[in-house]
Formats: sequence, C-alpha cells, structure tokens
Amino acid sequence: MKTPDTPLWEVFLQNKQGAPHEHAGSVHASDAEMALQNARDVFTRRGHPVSIWVVPAIQVHASNPDDAHSLFDPADDKLYRHPSFYSVPRGVRDV
Amino acid sequence: MHDDVANESRFQERIDSGEKIEPRDWMPERFRHQLIRMISQHAHSEIVGMLPEGNWITRAPSLRRKMALLAKVQDEAGHGLYLYSAAETLGVSREDLIDQLLDGSAKYSSIFNYPTLTWADVGVIGWLVDGAAIVNQTMLAKSSYGPYARANLRICKEENFHKKQGFEIVATLAAGTTEQRSMVQDAVDRWWWPSLMMFGPHDNDSPNTAELMRWGVKRRSNDDLRQHFVNITIPQAKAVGITIPDPELRYNEESGDWEFGAIDWDEFYRVIKGNGPCNAERMKARRSAHDDGRWVREAAAAYASRDTVAAEE
Repeated sequence: MKTPDTPLWEVFLQNKQGAPHEHAGSVHASDAEMALQNARDVFTRRGHPVSIWVVPAIQVHASNPDDAHSLFDPADDKLYRHPSFYSVPRGVRDV
Repeated sequence: MHDDVANESRFQERIDSGEKIEPRDWMPERFRHQLIRMISQHAHSEIVGMLPEGNWITRAPSLRRKMALLAKVQDEAGHGLYLYSAAETLGVSREDLIDQLLDGSAKYSSIFNYPTLTWADVGVIGWLVDGAAIVNQTMLAKSSYGPYARANLRICKEENFHKKQGFEIVATLAAGTTEQRSMVQDAVDRWWWPSLMMFGPHDNDSPNTAELMRWGVKRRSNDDLRQHFVNITIPQAKAVGITIPDPELRYNEESGDWEFGAIDWDEFYRVIKGNGPCNAERMKARRSAHDDGRWVREAAAAYASRDTVAAEE
C-alpha cells in the first residue's frame, strides 16, 4: 500500500539572540504544531537556538534562477550609489 | 535539442568554476536521477543504520555509555531526515522514497547487514564504520549540489562525537581484561573488511565514479578515500594495541600509504544482492516499524483535517 503524503514545511532557525532566522532544512508534518515539534527534534539537538519558524513549503515563492542575471544586476556602473562617488571640501570630517 | 547541448555545457562550466547547483537551476536529467539515487541510498543507510546499534541500547554497560549511544542513534535518525529532505528538493516525494526502501527496490549501505554480536561491536562501529562514513561525508560536504552539501556539512558537525565515543569504548576494552581484549579484537576482525568495502568498488569497477566526479558530486574517488581511511586508522589501532586482520598490511615509505591486501569483492556483491547475514532481519524491522506507525500517521492526518471536516458538516 502506498504511504499517503504528509505536507512539507520549511524550517528557519534563529541560532542565537539577535541573529536573523536562517533556513535550516525541512520537515514533514500534518499541521503547524507538529511541524514545530519535529523541527525542534530534528534541528536543535545541540547549541542554544532561541526560535524556530515553520512555513508550509507550498507557500514559499522563489525567483526563477534564469532571471537572476537581470534581477540581481550588481549595477556596477551606478557608482553614485556609493559614498565614494561624492566629493566634499578638504578638511570637512564625519560627513 | 540544441538548447540541451547549450544548457549542458553551461551547466558543466558552472560546476568547473566551483558554483553550487540549486534545486531550481537547470540540470541534466541524468544528474537529477543519479543524485536522487545516491542521496536516497545515503538517507536509507542512516535509517537502517540505527538498527544494529539500537540492538545494544538496553544492554549498554553503564548509564554514561547508554546516554552516548542513545544520542548517537537519535543523531542517525536526524541525519536520515536531513538527507531525505535534500533528495526531495530534486522532485521526489518522501513517501515514495520510503516505499522504495520498504519494497526492496532501493539500496542502503551493506555494512548494516552485519550483526552486532557483542558490546565491543558498538565501539568498533563508532570507530570504523562512523570513521569511514565521516571520510566520505567530509568530501560530500563540498558536493556541487547545494542541498546535499549542506546536509552533509550538518551531519559532519554532529558526527565527530560518534567516532570518538566509539574509539573510547575500543580503547577501554583494549586496556581491560584478557576477555575484554579478545572481545574487542574479535569485533575488529569482523568489521575491518566490511568497513573498507563501505567506500565501494575499486575505481576501475565503479560505473558511476567518473561521471559523479566530472559533475563535482564526488570530489575524490572510492580508492582514494579508502586509502585515506586506512592511513588515518592504522596509527589509531596501534595506539591501543589492536591488530588489523590483514597480513599483507605494510607501510610504503615512498608514498606514505599503508598498503593493504585484496578485498573480497565476492562477499561485497553477495551482501549487496541481499544475502548478507542480516538483510532479511533489517528489512523486517523497518517494515514492522512502518506498519506499527500507521495509526499515528492516520491520527495526525485526521486531527489536521478536523476544521475542514467540521466546516463541511
């Protein structure tokens, strides 16, 4: 008999106080409460994580890798986006 | 067709320049297929690998040893789950992978088809089997497929304690009574050659190696990894007075390698084909664990759907 599917959840961990939540992996669970418990068991056996987010994998919308070149153009020709582009009179400090 | 050729050459350029391939990136179908096969076998190995050691949890000789073994076996379950997740990013479902294990169409590492006859086996498995796995996984942590590399990195960080707790058991028994010494030597005699087989067939007989290395999935060949494992393990055996069961073992001053005798590949293929000492027992244990858990999966699914059901009524 085929095993029925259980939904997939993406897991984000905040590994220490003040740090951002980062993607750690994924778990299967029938609901959010079980997803949190599974994420705790699978991803936090060591260290001092302070928080877990779980998100239904189906709700994650990702950019298309083929568009990366145009989406994430480094804009190296737009020097005016950097402070070094601008000049200030000699002797002026802390601008 | 033209697109495929262009895509494939772009794909190879990305690999050659050290880029990681991510789930949504273009990849050759064969790359996807080979990775699913390899990662799911790795995942199944972690899961089946809990059985030989789990056998000793209730009979660990002290609370300290029992806590360590419990933590280790729990880690192996976690490692299996990391790897199933990595395989799923390639478009297969977790449930299909598990069904393939249970119906016997998927393979797992043959090493787990050997029995754990004494407590010394637990120490020797940690030392040799986890030791060999760490050599392999350290390489795989640099794999070209992002999710697989990240899963292996996480595994490596956790697994070092597995080897160390195993070697502590080996060293303790090796310094013990005559009976304890012969027990640990007997375990090494039984596990040494299967551990060397864990790296797979010789490079000349390994149909997948060249392709996997070209794709950067593997960074070192089976023979290269095996030699590295032998080189780091022999001094550890000597340090605790363990004899490696290989009369042909000798140090080559020139290459700096420990050269070893011929591996019994007939045994390797016999066990892979399902005729090892514990193949049937391992599969039976997995199937009954899966069957016994069915009511839990059903209850969880029913509980999760309660709001929908109530709304419909």
